[in-house]
Amino acid sequence: MSSTPNAASGFTLDGAPAAALVMPWRQFYWLVQRELWENRSIFMAPLTAGLAAVLGSLVSWARLVAGIPAGVLKPGASDAGAVNGLIQQPFYLASLLIMLSTLLVAVFYSMSALHGDRRDRSILFWKSLPVSDLMTVLSKASVPIVVLPLVTFAVTVATHWVMLLAGSGILLVSGQDAALLWSPFFLFSSWLMLLYHLVLVHGLWYAPIFGWLLLISAWAKRVPILWAFLPPLAIGIMEKIALNTKHLGAMIANRIGGAGDGSTFTAGGISMDPLTMLTPIHFLTSRGLWIGLAFTALCLAGAVACRRSAGPM
Amino acid sequence: MALIEARGVRKAFGQSLALDGIDLSVDEGRIVGLIGPNGAGKTTALQAMVGLTPCQGTLRVLGLDPWKERGRLMRDVCFIADVAVLPRWLRVWQAIEFVAGVHPRFDRCKAEAFLTRTTIRRTSKVQELSKGMVTQLHLALVMAIDTRLLVLDEPTLGLDILYRKQFYDSLLNDYFDRSRTILLATHQVEEVEHILTDVIFLDRGRIAFGRSVEEIELNYAEVAVRPEQAATARALKPIDEREGIGRRLMIFKDVDRRQLAALGEVRTPGIADLFVAIVRRRTAATDGGEFQHQESQAREQGAAR
Repeated sequence: MSSTPNAASGFTLDGAPAAALVMPWRQFYWLVQRELWENRSIFMAPLTAGLAAVLGSLVSWARLVAGIPAGVLKPGASDAGAVNGLIQQPFYLASLLIMLSTLLVAVFYSMSALHGDRRDRSILFWKSLPVSDLMTVLSKASVPIVVLPLVTFAVTVATHWVMLLAGSGILLVSGQDAALLWSPFFLFSSWLMLLYHLVLVHGLWYAPIFGWLLLISAWAKRVPILWAFLPPLAIGIMEKIALNTKHLGAMIANRIGGAGDGSTFTAGGISMDPLTMLTPIHFLTSRGLWIGLAFTALCLAGAVACRRSAGPM
Repeated sequence: MALIEARGVRKAFGQSLALDGIDLSVDEGRIVGLIGPNGAGKTTALQAMVGLTPCQGTLRVLGLDPWKERGRLMRDVCFIADVAVLPRWLRVWQAIEFVAGVHPRFDRCKAEAFLTRTTIRRTSKVQELSKGMVTQLHLALVMAIDTRLLVLDEPTLGLDILYRKQFYDSLLNDYFDRSRTILLATHQVEEVEHILTDVIFLDRGRIAFGRSVEEIELNYAEVAVRPEQAATARALKPIDEREGIGRRLMIFKDVDRRQLAALGEVRTPGIADLFVAIVRRRTAATDGGEFQHQESQAREQGAAR
């Protein structure tokens, strides 16, 4: 008996088309869809953050215009610069809030993605379907690395639109010039930078963090959160004691806090440094990025190996 | 060619052997019951066959190595590992959409048709369904998949009697045909007895017995021996004897039924009784010889190396 590829074609029922196959991309689509069904926080967290930002900015604008006589605020007015800052600030804070919410979701998602179904035994159902372990792991890795950054972008843009319309309403009602929010249309450039930041930093630069968390969630029998954070901490402390160096700590801090050249990440969350727009080549050719991606690939390969022999716990 | 072919399949968890050299061969169109007490190795055997656990020895299912080619194998094999494995957050319509999305042989209409005969609502979450309904849902999904082999591991565990009966009825009427094969493990023998075509007894990781139901009918007989005939009956060397109501119940192997009829009422032994008889004999043979058992194990392990 052999397992030559031909052997498989003999297993179709009479007259049925030989290789009944689901295209890999279609399978992948449904696997990701399954993640969205299971983890509603992927949408709910940023939407809630967006809603909070909208409400907060409404209050902020209402308070701002309350003390200013009608007709004073308009583009080009002498003190418009300062007021502009105050009016535009909620937009940045909204992006920041939404981004933080999805980062948290990404971290917690990654830690439970390959753990939860082992705990509730549903892995036995998932594994009874013709889906390879590689496909499963890739679909789960795509959530923090691809899906969440894109959701963040979409929700942020939608939130900004709502804020724009609501803010214009407040300015108009209070007799100010709504053009303050619309011209120059500062949001377009910030959206572009946001997308750039999300894809490069949240997607590519943070990928090894999510890869590590996914590996732990595939491997750990219990409390993946401890396994995810304690070993790096312990190794860092041991390094400090034994060698009096902080290489690991510095490496992790650099991974979390800075993307390669350090210029794409600012305290505000979104980089407003126009230089970053000009240096994707610098970023894409940086050694840290590629070492990180190689580490991600290793972690995911390990997760696939763990997943293969994984059963209910 | 056999659908499942196992030669010397072994699986150890640490020091203990879950499977200790399994040889078996299952042909198409059979309903095979893998029967044994808890801990006999049933689940391990089934999990090895569907590629959930690696094992030593040669194991081929549909000509594939289950461990290495699980993804491909599961196109033609369905597996239900007890009933409580559908994820609690899943909604009924999502389950159908998902399986339709990933399984090339899933027939959505069949699943829908089966579900309309139940009271399951499409918008319900699995956690809102009763255990029986979850089983119905799982069965609806599985029966709508055009597979060649269905593997069931204690599929009705924890269900009430109505659902259990319904489960096997559906399986027989709506799923099974001669081109399909069902392998099912259970320790509730009585309720599957009438649907099986083959029986395999598993005892401490080994196959204690493997026969088709026809062979059992042909070769084994249970006689309700009248007490005054007991001595005569014992001379025919029953493989098992136990107390009945006013009768000695004895199981005979390869004894002419006409000869047995003189001793009392003759019938084909129930599978549970046959199981007890065979396992008891094995235990008797290895007891007093625990040493012997270990020795033979050690010898086999040496041979395996």
